Amino acid sequence: MTPLLKVNDISKFYGSRVGCRNVSFELWPGEVLAIVGESGSGKTTLLSCISTRLMPTSGTVEYHMRDGQYRDLARMGEAERRFLMRTDWGFVHQNPADGLRMTVSAGANVGERLMAIGDRHYGKIRETAIDWLQRVEIDESRIDDQPRAFSGGMRQRLQIARNLVTSPRLVFMDEPTGGLDVSVQARLLDLVRSLVHDLGLSAIIVTHDLAVARLLSHRMMVMKDGVVIEQGLTDRVLDDPREPYTQLLVSSILQV
Amino acid sequence: MRDNVPETTGLATYNFAYLDEQTKRMIRRAILKAIAIPGYQVPFASREMPMPYGWGTGGVQVTAAILGPDDVLKVIDQGADDTTNAVSIRAFFQKVAHVAVTTKTREATIIQTRHRIPEGKLTEGQTLVYQVPIPEPLRFLEPRETETRKMHALEEYGLMHVKLYEDIARNGHIATTYAYPVKVEGRYVMDPSPTPKFDNPKMHRSEALQLFGAGREKRIYAVPPFTDVVSLDFEDHPFEVQKFDKPCALCGAENVYLDEVVLDDKGGRMFVCSDTDHCEDRREHGHAGHMLANKEAAE
Repeated sequence: MTPLLKVNDISKFYGSRVGCRNVSFELWPGEVLAIVGESGSGKTTLLSCISTRLMPTSGTVEYHMRDGQYRDLARMGEAERRFLMRTDWGFVHQNPADGLRMTVSAGANVGERLMAIGDRHYGKIRETAIDWLQRVEIDESRIDDQPRAFSGGMRQRLQIARNLVTSPRLVFMDEPTGGLDVSVQARLLDLVRSLVHDLGLSAIIVTHDLAVARLLSHRMMVMKDGVVIEQGLTDRVLDDPREPYTQLLVSSILQV
Repeated sequence: MRDNVPETTGLATYNFAYLDEQTKRMIRRAILKAIAIPGYQVPFASREMPMPYGWGTGGVQVTAAILGPDDVLKVIDQGADDTTNAVSIRAFFQKVAHVAVTTKTREATIIQTRHRIPEGKLTEGQTLVYQVPIPEPLRFLEPRETETRKMHALEEYGLMHVKLYEDIARNGHIATTYAYPVKVEGRYVMDPSPTPKFDNPKMHRSEALQLFGAGREKRIYAVPPFTDVVSLDFEDHPFEVQKFDKPCALCGAENVYLDEVVLDDKGGRMFVCSDTDHCEDRREHGHAGHMLANKEAAE
């Protein structure tokens, strides 16, 4: 097996300030990686650099294309990069309004990627949309409603459906459960976990919530001040944290 | 150009066709570029014209730039030669360019139009100039200009079908009836200005040159003669034009675009050709609709 994504020595500086520094890792097919750390630790910067939403100051990100070649994302043309982003990748934003078209119906939201890659059969697009709404537990009767009429949890599930409809191989998630209440969070996590498992997705999840990391991820990286200070299997890092900062983080989880 | 104008014409304060020669040159350059890249919106330095935005300042500038002393100009507004917009633009060019004007589609070399394409077939050598309010077909879906330009550049037109999808989801059929998006020469998606979709098939491989001017939005685009113009649709919801139950009440024409005219406050109404020249021409040739016959019988 070969890694899906190779991140080599990525650094991002905002002027003299550090976004993230010298991050390297490999992501394997079917693997879920969590990036955890406190606010301002560079998690989102790192995610943006990997997903080409930001240009890293130095370092490269190589992606294993469907044709078996590794390609440096920074050297890809914009057309090719955008095509990759809307077919082979998904991006789930913390705020669903950033990832959804709030003024078109749920069905069109799910169907947009299909139409973008050339599907021109209304009936089939709609069928696929219904199928995906059911998979994310949204009632079929809501297909013609706009996401504005949806609750926060439903919006987030719709956003996930919209991203997964083209069967991507890699999904980025930025705080996917932020802003949701606990019971909705639990349902969403359960859903994401089963989808990731059923579809064999690879995912990179940025979160400050260690419980999310525990539930979803196989492996995790702990960041502080833009640097990865500890990484390893999720259970290992959470049960036996080595770095003092990670110990602090783990011990700060509220126990009920 | 000024040399061509006789001194007795009283044009001393205006250059031929109102705009100065440098401006016309700039607009002609934009037009040439637009013709070279069918359907692509070329930015141009739109001037203030002596009429408000929304009255056809873009179309007027394009017409002014291509007008020569020997041209014959026709101006229509919703197909009619006799409405305010058409009359005032025609009078404008009569005054500032002294060109011949006509209402006959066949005789015109340049036809400036607001929202219709004449019913009669346009021929080689004729130029149709459209007045365009919003040139960007993706605008109501994507408000950012930077993003729509990128979408055109990278041919990312999935969003256009999202709009048609929404139409079908809400109404059971594609309910867009005007400004119906088209794909030009297999490349650029273009807004054919707010013409009824009834006119879309007339743009396809038209013999006439079609120029589009948007004054407020500062864009010019074009469809050269014999260019493919295909209306977007779905395989299971193909593009269709409007159909009318009855023929024109005055000239009996079928398969033309009709306007509804309210006759009284008791629900009386009639449907007549929107293209007034086409309607008159047919009546001169002895065609009569049922309302015309009634009128003659009453007299």
